[in-house]
Amino acid sequence: MLHLILFSVFAVIAVAGALNLLIQRHPISSALSLIVVMGSLAVEYLLLGAEFVAAIQIIIYAGAIMVLFVFVIMLLNAGAEERTNGSKVALILGFPAMLAGGLLVAWVLLRAPNMGSVNIGAMYGPPKAIGWLLFHDFLLPFEVTSVLVLIAIIGAVVLASPVRSRFSRPQPEEGHQALQAAAAAEPAPHQETVTARRSN
Amino acid sequence: MVPLHYYLLLSAILFACGITGFLIKRNIITIFMSIELMLNAVNLSFVAFAAHWHVLSGQVFVFFVMVVAAAETAVGLAIIIAVYRTRETLNVDQVNLLKL
Repeated sequence: MLHLILFSVFAVIAVAGALNLLIQRHPISSALSLIVVMGSLAVEYLLLGAEFVAAIQIIIYAGAIMVLFVFVIMLLNAGAEERTNGSKVALILGFPAMLAGGLLVAWVLLRAPNMGSVNIGAMYGPPKAIGWLLFHDFLLPFEVTSVLVLIAIIGAVVLASPVRSRFSRPQPEEGHQALQAAAAAEPAPHQETVTARRSN
Repeated sequence: MVPLHYYLLLSAILFACGITGFLIKRNIITIFMSIELMLNAVNLSFVAFAAHWHVLSGQVFVFFVMVVAAAETAVGLAIIIAVYRTRETLNVDQVNLLKL
């Protein structure tokens, strides 16, 4: 009974956080409500006996990924989302479709023939057993994952590095002004103006 | 004793919230957070099934999902920074060069 109460309380908190993510217009509010969702999901994992997953949920998701999100929101100075006139089709068809789909899923799940129940605390996910599984049965996926993370690091550095020539469009005003300045300084030959444009 | 389908129902609700956020939000960072919410919902059903069938492989898969999500977040936020640097907006309606 206590388990059911704990499950219900944290499920309500998780759903409220997810709905708050949808309602809020400012990205930082959405990020904070996503942290609430992740924290309550960590409690749900603990109720399922998966203590390792609960720990890495807090450490990786709430600790690393969301800090990255909040950092990028601050870096880009993201303001409140402006209202756009979204398509009427999405409003008229989308929400009833979502409600119908949710009701269908709930109906299928609730009338499923005796799926059994999760005995809380019966299964125990100690880090030792998971580590053994990870370095024995799943050794090759684990190594591939490390390569993936390495590629992600390099890709993030390359994409976010301020190389102007590759990702930014050429600024027409600046090039034009430099060209005019070079032309005003002296009647330069054609080759020199080209090099001046390139250096800009 | 909490029945398994309560966990699956919670997972489905969170996943539906993620899909809705992905569709109705216009800020690219919030859309990205909706993707994270969907990944979290799937993780919950992984752990619930792992507890139901008494196999630890589900929790190892959750670990892999988290690592892939971390890599995806790093690259995706770098792409968002690059988009902001070139187009100076976070609104996905204004990033429409591919639109006819």
